Amino acid sequence: MATALAKAEQAQTVEYAARIERVSKSFAGPAGQQLVLDDISLDVAPGEFVTLLGASGCGKSTLLNLVAGLDRPTTGSIATHGRPALMFQEHALFPWLTAGKNIELALRLKGVPRAERRGRAERLLELVRLQGAYGKRVHELSGGMRQRVAMARALAQDSRLLLMDEPFAALDAITRDLLHDELTRIWTETGLSVLFVTHNVREAVRLAQRVVLLSSRPGRVAREWRVDIPQPRRIEDAPVAELSLEITEVLRGEIRRHGQH
Amino acid sequence: MASTETGTAPDAGSVEAGLDALETAVAGRPPFRQTFVRKILPPVVATAVVLVVWQALISLRIVDDPTKLPSPADVGGEFRRAWLEGKLLGYIWTSVSRGLLGFLFALAIGTPLGLLVARVRFVRAAIGPVLSGLQSLPSVAWVPPAVIWLGLDNRMMYAVILLGAVPSIANGLVSGIDQVPPLFLRAGRTMGATGLKGAWHIVLPAALPGYTAGLKQGWAFSWRSLMAAEIIASSPDLGIGLGALLENGRNASSMSMVFEAIFLILFVGIAIDLLVFSPLERWVLRSRGLLVKS
Repeated sequence: MATALAKAEQAQTVEYAARIERVSKSFAGPAGQQLVLDDISLDVAPGEFVTLLGASGCGKSTLLNLVAGLDRPTTGSIATHGRPALMFQEHALFPWLTAGKNIELALRLKGVPRAERRGRAERLLELVRLQGAYGKRVHELSGGMRQRVAMARALAQDSRLLLMDEPFAALDAITRDLLHDELTRIWTETGLSVLFVTHNVREAVRLAQRVVLLSSRPGRVAREWRVDIPQPRRIEDAPVAELSLEITEVLRGEIRRHGQH
Repeated sequence: MASTETGTAPDAGSVEAGLDALETAVAGRPPFRQTFVRKILPPVVATAVVLVVWQALISLRIVDDPTKLPSPADVGGEFRRAWLEGKLLGYIWTSVSRGLLGFLFALAIGTPLGLLVARVRFVRAAIGPVLSGLQSLPSVAWVPPAVIWLGLDNRMMYAVILLGAVPSIANGLVSGIDQVPPLFLRAGRTMGATGLKGAWHIVLPAALPGYTAGLKQGWAFSWRSLMAAEIIASSPDLGIGLGALLENGRNASSMSMVFEAIFLILFVGIAIDLLVFSPLERWVLRSRGLLVKS
C-alpha cells in the first residue's frame, strides 16, 4: 500500500487523472447570479482515491457534473483523459435491459465489437461478484446488487477516472459496509482513479487516500487531509474514527459560520 | 490492522452472497387453477348471466316484440345461417383486414410524427395542441368530408381510420418521451449516447410504455372510426363488412341481424385487443417490473 501511495505521489508531478483549475460556477437564481463553486483547484492523480466531502449546498454534485462533462464551468478549466465514468446515487440502470445487457450497452457505445461484449460483460459481473446475474432484470435485483451492476457498467466504460456521486447513500447500513469493501477491492485491483462525493465523514475516511472538505455557499476547498491508514480498513477501526472526529469538528465549524449572520 | 487485512476479502464475498440471497424475491408462475378461478371464470359467469337475463326477458314475455328484442336463439340462428352460407368469415375479414391495414398506415405516420412533436420545439408549439385536440374530435365527423373528397371507396375508409388513429399513436409516443426520467438521459450521456444514438438506445426504449398505451388506444380508435365509416358509407363496391352488415340489418328491419353485427364488432374489437395489444403492453410492463401481480 505504501509503495502504491508513493507511486501515486510520484506520478502526480508528471500526470493527472483529472485536473480542476480555478473553476467557478454560477447559476442564474431568483436573486441574480448565484455563485455555487468559487475558485476550486484540485488534481486527482492516476490511481488516486479522493473523496469530496461537504454539507448541503457546497456544490459537490455540481463539481462532479462539471468533471463528467455534463455541464461547463463559468470560469476556469477542467481536464480529464477521455470521458469519465459516472455513478449516481440512484442506480440509473435501464429497466428495459437485463443486468448483462446494461453493461453490454456501455461496451457497445464504447465501440467494443459485438463478439467480445458478452464475455467482457460476464467478467465485469464476476468482478462485482454477481456472476449469476447476467440475465436478471433490474427489478429482480436488490438495492445493493443494482449498485454493483451500476458499478460494473461504469467500469465497462473503461475510463481511467470513476466519478461517484453519493453512490451508497440510499443503501442500508449492512449493504453499504459491504460495498465499501467491494469498492476498495475493485479500486486496488483495477488501479482506477476515483473521485467520490459524499456527506458521510466516516465513509470518506474509510475509502479515501485524500479527503477534500468543501465549504458551503459558495463551495470552496476548505481543507484537505491525507489518510495514511492502510487498506483494507473498516469503518469501525479506531484510526478511522479518530480522523473522522477531527474532520467532523472542522465541518461543523464550517456549517456554524452560516448560522452566525 | 493485519488481522483485518487477511480477514475481509473472502469474508465480504460470502456475506454478500448471503445478503443477495436474502434480498432476492422468489417468484413463480401461479398454478393453473388460480388463473382459471381469477381470470377465466369471471367473464364466463358474466356472459352466462347476460344470456340468462336476456332469455328470461323473452320467456317471461317482459319484452314481447321480436322486432325490438330477438331471442338468443334467433340471433344464434342468424350466426348459423351466415356461417353455413360461408359469409360469416367474409364479413369479419373485410373489416379486420381494412382495420389492420389502416392501423399499420397510422403506425407508419403517427410514429415519426410523434417523434417530431416530442423532440422539435417548434413543431410541438405549432401542432402539439391540434394533435391533442384531434383526439377529442369523434372520427365519424371525418366521414362526410372523406366521402366528398375521395368518393365511396376503400381510400375513404383508410383516410377515416388514419384521422382517428394517428393522433392517438403520436400522442402516446409524445407522452412516453416526455415521461422519460432525466436520470436515464444523464446516464446515457455519460456513456456517450447523444443525438441519434441517444434517441435509439435510450429515449425510444424508455418511452415504450407510453408508446404501447398509445398503440392500444390507436387500435380502438381505428376500429371505431372504421365501423362509423362502414355504417354511414355503404356501397356495393365496398363489399360487406361488419358496419355494412349492421346497416343492412336495419334496412331489412331484422333485429337479429343487427344484434349479430353488434356482437361481431364487439367480439373482433375485444379479440384483437386480447390477442395483440394486451400481451404487448403486459410484456413491456412486466419486463420493467412495472406490472404488479394481483
